[in-house]
Order: sequence, then C-alpha cells, then structure tokens
Amino acid sequence: MQAYLKPARIVISIATLLVVGFLFLDFGDTVPAAWFRKILWLQFIPSLFGFLNTLKDGLSLSVFGFAVVLLLTLLFGRVYCSYLCPLGVFQDVICWFSKKIRKKKRYRFTPPKTWLRYGILVVVCLSLLSGSIYLVNVLDPYSNFGRFFTDFFRPLYVLGNNLLVQLLQSLGSYALYPVKVVSANPYALIVPAAMLVLVVWCAIRKGRLYCNAICPVGTLLGLIACVSLFKIRINKTTCTQCGKCTFACKSHCIDIKQQQIDSSRCVGCANCLKSCDKNSIGYALASANKPKKVVPDKSKRRFLFGSILFMGALGGLSVKSMAISRKDEDETPKEEHHTGFEEAVKTHQVSPPGSKGIRHFTGSCTACHLCVSACPTGVLKPSLFEWGFFGMGQPYMDYHSSFCNYECVKCSEVCPNKAILPLAESAAPELKEAAEKDAQQSFETQFSRTANLSDAGDYALMQSMIQRNIKVRTQIGTVRFIRNNCIVYSEETSCGSCSEHCPTKAVRMVPYKGELTIPQIDTDICVGCGACEYACPVTPNKAILVDGCKEHGIAQKPDDEAVEEKPLTDFAF
Amino acid sequence: MKRREFIIKSIGGGIVTGAGFSLLSLEEAFGNSIYNPRSAYDMVALMGGEAAEMFEKGIASIGGMERFVKKGQSVVVKPNIGWDRTPEFGANTTPELIAKIVEHCLKAGAKDVFVFDHTCDNWQKAYATSGIEKAAKAAGAKVIPGNNESAYKEVSVPGGKSLKSVKIHEAILNSEVLINVPVLKHHDGAGVSFAMKNLMGIVWDRSFWHRNDLQQCIADMVTCRKPSLNIIDGYRVMKKNGPKGVSISNVLLEKAQIISTDIVAADAAAAKIFGKNPETIGHIKIAAEMGLGKIDLTKLNINRIKIG
Repeated sequence: MQAYLKPARIVISIATLLVVGFLFLDFGDTVPAAWFRKILWLQFIPSLFGFLNTLKDGLSLSVFGFAVVLLLTLLFGRVYCSYLCPLGVFQDVICWFSKKIRKKKRYRFTPPKTWLRYGILVVVCLSLLSGSIYLVNVLDPYSNFGRFFTDFFRPLYVLGNNLLVQLLQSLGSYALYPVKVVSANPYALIVPAAMLVLVVWCAIRKGRLYCNAICPVGTLLGLIACVSLFKIRINKTTCTQCGKCTFACKSHCIDIKQQQIDSSRCVGCANCLKSCDKNSIGYALASANKPKKVVPDKSKRRFLFGSILFMGALGGLSVKSMAISRKDEDETPKEEHHTGFEEAVKTHQVSPPGSKGIRHFTGSCTACHLCVSACPTGVLKPSLFEWGFFGMGQPYMDYHSSFCNYECVKCSEVCPNKAILPLAESAAPELKEAAEKDAQQSFETQFSRTANLSDAGDYALMQSMIQRNIKVRTQIGTVRFIRNNCIVYSEETSCGSCSEHCPTKAVRMVPYKGELTIPQIDTDICVGCGACEYACPVTPNKAILVDGCKEHGIAQKPDDEAVEEKPLTDFAF
Repeated sequence: MKRREFIIKSIGGGIVTGAGFSLLSLEEAFGNSIYNPRSAYDMVALMGGEAAEMFEKGIASIGGMERFVKKGQSVVVKPNIGWDRTPEFGANTTPELIAKIVEHCLKAGAKDVFVFDHTCDNWQKAYATSGIEKAAKAAGAKVIPGNNESAYKEVSVPGGKSLKSVKIHEAILNSEVLINVPVLKHHDGAGVSFAMKNLMGIVWDRSFWHRNDLQQCIADMVTCRKPSLNIIDGYRVMKKNGPKGVSISNVLLEKAQIISTDIVAADAAAAKIFGKNPETIGHIKIAAEMGLGKIDLTKLNINRIKIG
C-alpha cells in the first residue's frame, strides 16, 4: 500500500507545478478568472493572509485552505511541502535533474540548522508583529515561486511564443499573436533573482535545504509535524542500517546511526520508502511502540514555543490591520512652482482597484506577482521603492507604460491573499447597492425580464455586471493637471491626448485660444485609471498625472446626457 | 448582370434623389458599358440605410470594388477599432460594414484581406468588444494585431512638414491596396475623427504627433500613404465625449456614409454631416492647402443616394 505513495506524490506534485505554474505563464485567458482562487486555495501563506485580511468581515470558506494544511500536517507531517508547495516541487525537479547529471550523487544526514531556521521564524514573526509583511514577502515559498515564474520564466515563455508567431506569420498564418513582454524595472528584479539563485543552489547542492533552514512555512509546519499523528519511522527490528534511505533523503533528515527520522524536516516525499529493500521504513502511528523517552521531548517543547510565538504574531498582525483602517496619517501636499517645466511627482502611488487603499494593499500583499502576470494591459508592475523599502516587489500601477482598462476586474479576481479583494467585497455598501441596482436595470433592458438569481447563468452574469459597475466607479486615484507642462500651453498646438483616452471625461478639452482647446479636469468623476497620464506625450515630466488615493473613494457617475440634436433628414452638402 | 441591376436601381434612386445628379449617373451608366474611371463620381454620399446596405449601393455606384482591388492583390481594410467599446457607442467602425467590405474585396479577387488597428485600449479587448474581429474573420479577413512595435517599419514622409518619417505597419507596406474605413465621430484632440485621423492607427508612435503639431502631422500623413478608397461610417455618430465616448446617449443615429477616393473631400463632407464647417478643422484645412484633396464640395461630382 505504501509503495504507491511515491508515484502518487509525483503525480500530484507535478500537477501542482504545472497548474500553478501555468497560472503565472498564461497570457491568453485560458484559465477562467473564477478558477484562480480555487486552484490556489491550499496555498498556505496566501490562504492565511486571505483569512486575516477578511477576518473583519466574517469568516468565509474561501480562505480556509490554510486550516486544511494545518490539519494535514497534524495527521501526516509536512506533506504540504512535497505535494502542494509549488516551490517545493520546483526544487524537487531541480534535484531530480541534478541527480540525472551527477549519477553518483548521494544525500547524507546532516544535523538541523536549528538556530538559522528558528531564528528566521522568530524574526519573521516579530516583523509581522511590528506590522511589516516584508519578510514574509521575501521568504514565502508560494510568493517566491510566483515571482520566479512572472519575472523570469514568463518573459521566456512569451519570447518563445513570439518566435513561433514570426515563424507562423512567415508561413502566412495568423493563428497566434505576439505578446508584449512586461518590462519590469531591472533593479526590482534583484531580490527575486538572488532568491532564485539561492533556491536553485540549495536544490542542486543540498536537496531541501531552503525548506529546512530558511522557509518560515517549512519551519512552522515542521513544528507541527513534531506532534503529527502519523510519521515516517524506521522499524528498528528489521532495519539493517544499510543507509540507502539516507542517500535518498533530500531533507537530510534520516539519522541511520540512531535509526531516527527528524520529523520537523521530513517533507513526506516517500523517496526513502522506495529505497528500502527491507520495507523497514514507512508511515506509522507516532504513538505506536514508542520507546520510553530518557531525555525530555524537545520537539514538543519546540512545538509549543513555536505555536505560541506564531499565534501571537498573527494576533498582533490582525489587531494592527484593524487599527490601520481607523488610523489616518497627515500629509503635506507638495508645493507647486509655476515657472517653466514642473516636476511631476505623485503624492502617492496608485494601488490596484479592489485593494481598498494603499494601507490595506501594502499591508497584505506578499508580492507573488500573479496580478502582474494576469493584468491584460500590463499596468501592474513589480515595484522597486514605489511603496518604500519594505514594500519592495509589491506591484504598483505604472502609468508611464500602460493604464488600467476601464471595465476590467481581472486582478481583483485572481489575488489569492486578498490584498486585492473581489470588488463586491472591497466596495463601500452604498456603492455596492448602487451597482446592484444598475445591474438589475441593465439586465432588464437587455433581456426584458428580471434576473433569476437562482439560475446559475443569470447569477454569474449579474455578478460580473455588479463587479463591472463597481469598477467603473471605484476611485483609485485622482487626476492632476500641470498646465505649464502641457503642449497646448507651451507650444500652442492641438493635443488632447489625455482627454482622448479618458473613459469618463474627467479630463475634457475646453476652448483656449482660437480653435485651440486645453484640458480641464473634474476629479469628482475621475476613477484614476491613468489613461491620461499614459497618453500624455510630454515626458518625463507629464502634464497630467494621477495621484493615488490613500483610501479608495467613489467616483461620481460621468455625464450621460443625451445629445440634443436630431439626425439629419437630408444631405448636409 | 450586376451592372444591369445597378442601372435599374439607380434609375429608381435617381427619381427619388433629384433630377440633376441622377441624370448624370444615367448618362454615365448608359454611355459606358465598360467602366471608365475618368467619368466616375468623386464621391458617393448615402443616407437612410443600414451600414452594409449603404455600402453595397455606394460601391456599385462608384465603380464596384473591382475598380480598386485587382485579382491577386493584398488589401488592408483599416477600420477604427481604437476602443474597448461596443458598437452602440459609435467609438469604432460598424462591424457589419467591415464584414461587407471584406466580402467585396475577396469577391474582387483579393489574395489576402488584412484587418487591423493600432488600438488605444488593450487590443484584444478592443478587437473583441467592437465586434469587428469576429465579423471580419467570418467574412474571410485575416485579423492581425497592431500593437507590436516589431511590425512597424520606418518610412519617409516626402511631403511632410512636421512629420518627416514615420513607422507604419508592415501589412500596409506589403499590400497594394489600402481601404480606409473610419467611423465618423467627435474627437477631443483633433476636433473630429474622420478619414485622415483614422490613418493615425497605422503608425506606431502617435505621441510624436501630439508633441509636434497634431493637425499638421495628420495632414502630412496623407502624403505618405493615400488610401485607395475612403469609406466613412456615419451610421452611428458620436456627437460628444469622443473619441472613446462616455455613454451611448452621446450617439446620434445618422445612418450616413461617404465613399470617396479623395480623402480631404470625404472629411469635408463628414464635417458637414457632423455639423461643422470643414474650414474650421485644422487638419482638413491644412490638407486642402497642401493640395491633397478638395475641401470645396461644389467642385466634386457627388452621387447622393437616399435609402428608405
């Protein structure tokens, strides 16, 4: 029976790698948006933060994946690390290849890096307590996996696609289309690149060292694994201490001399089971035939200590996040100079729609970059210092290279840890109500009947209409016009690029000199999409820009007054 | 057979439209059993029908698609697909019209018919929401993306004042025929967006235009690539908040269409439909002064066809 464990693990883990990996690579909307959160439901850190981020609004099943992982760990140890963690599987693949290259490679037992791993866990927890998510962001395996795929593998994937497109086009086929590589600030890729090197090096040289010495999730689950119900154990009566299991153990956790397995480091990959000729190693009830302990059980003490620390940190974080929503910081508006070209500096960067505001976003995002790869316009980019040093890697809206599509809600549908919430969850009650009313109305005009919400099709359509209606009124930033930089003002030639792109006419052209028109702004109806800033031909100091809203607001409905004229009844010439 | 049908129809149309011009059309039609380009209309103006229907009548009147597309040629049909907006907004060209034009090109023997636009909104969304991608593909066109810089090649603009060189889409460079199919609408930057403005969608760097006298650049572009035929879609006319539009209530159902080989004249006629004097619109005026076409509609041989 246990002989099937390894093949089963391989199948499941490869599926994890392919499916989760594809989420980050896909540019053709192959995976329906509604599947993203379902696929990532069991990812530990996203689920845990999703849980914390929505705790205030009541409990929801959609964020209980982490509890399932905890339960699994209590039963079977760190199986999460082998079956479900995409970064773990990624390392396994590297291990496998490196073993293919160096055939004689054998793993051996090493003592645990106790100080390192618990030190990291303690520091991570303390930093969480102090309200910073940065260390989780840097060390979380899922987020690292996401960054590796989005920042490094996706461009390669896109490049491959584009080469294929060229080939097909030279043959006269336009079945595929070229895709723009989202070019991140290269400096923003230094940390992800360093982590990639570290993880790959660990995997090639030391098996699962990253998971057992650095990864805070691994260390945490390792603490729980110490008290798990089932553990992989060595049957001391049949074991010949041949050491084959040790050679096969990526986690370096089988001490064949003592015939002991360090459960805090065992990732349950079952490679040792397969390696043993005598069937002397396998899952067994942890309590069965347990030898009387001479020394006090260190693992239990560790578990207790760890859980207290971790729970404390989480408690601290959630209290903090609740306090954040009430606290408001003073800000001094930038002084404006009125001579020559002005420096166009945002008062705040813009956080994506659905993220409630800058505080919620930067306090909850672990920078997995799923939104970056899912964003159809490529406006979301990994940040360098746009969110400050401790926000490194968290995406921001880069209006110099693109802008937010007016009706698109993609990022709010995919974010697994709800740093970007579904818009219906993030919206103020009055906005949600208005959006629902409008959706009902447009449904009725479109189909001449009321929506039947118990019908799945109607329900889905209504939901997407509501999301859209909320999106077009969610104010993530407000427009600012710097007249001195404007072409119309400085060159006295037509432009209107900003107004042209504005979806609400929060920027419109008003009469200026002669036939010339000049932009005029109305921040009340501005949604902050950044189309104006993107389109403004003046660089680098734009004549129009969007300042991020610290707390997202509600934009007024744009003018939809009917045209007064009547159609012509005869030729006009 | 087609031609004979057309003659019979134009007799009917002529009676309705007014004696002077229809007489001219009868003369021409009877006088030349084989088409003679020199005696053709400079422009056909239509109103009152569906977009595709008006085109059928109009193209027959101006000499059929065979006049512009020869067997085995490559054709680019260039609609306005700038925005992620449904057809009701009047922000993009009517999809049925594009489909009908593609159909005619293929019937005339075109080897390939390409349809693309360098969109302002995300191109996949604009192509899909506008309905043009689906309609054009169904009609047999190759709908190609216009948002990859590698597809754009530098060419010089011989008669340009502000625009000396420009990167335009290779599909245009590789095709013998360019059919320009703009939508008639308001435009906050250029004032209006008709045929000349629509050519901005075949170039890569538009912000250069905005920085360097937009109106002059729009006119300059005509010296670089003059479309073989311009079909201005005035079926739904966005009267304000252009070019993207805020609401469908910005739109007037004009049911108009202008077909002309003269891009300046086509724009001048569109301006009249829009309710503006063409002389007040920078790029139309400049283009006329540069001798790129006629702004004075009285100097043109126009066939006016009213349907319904």
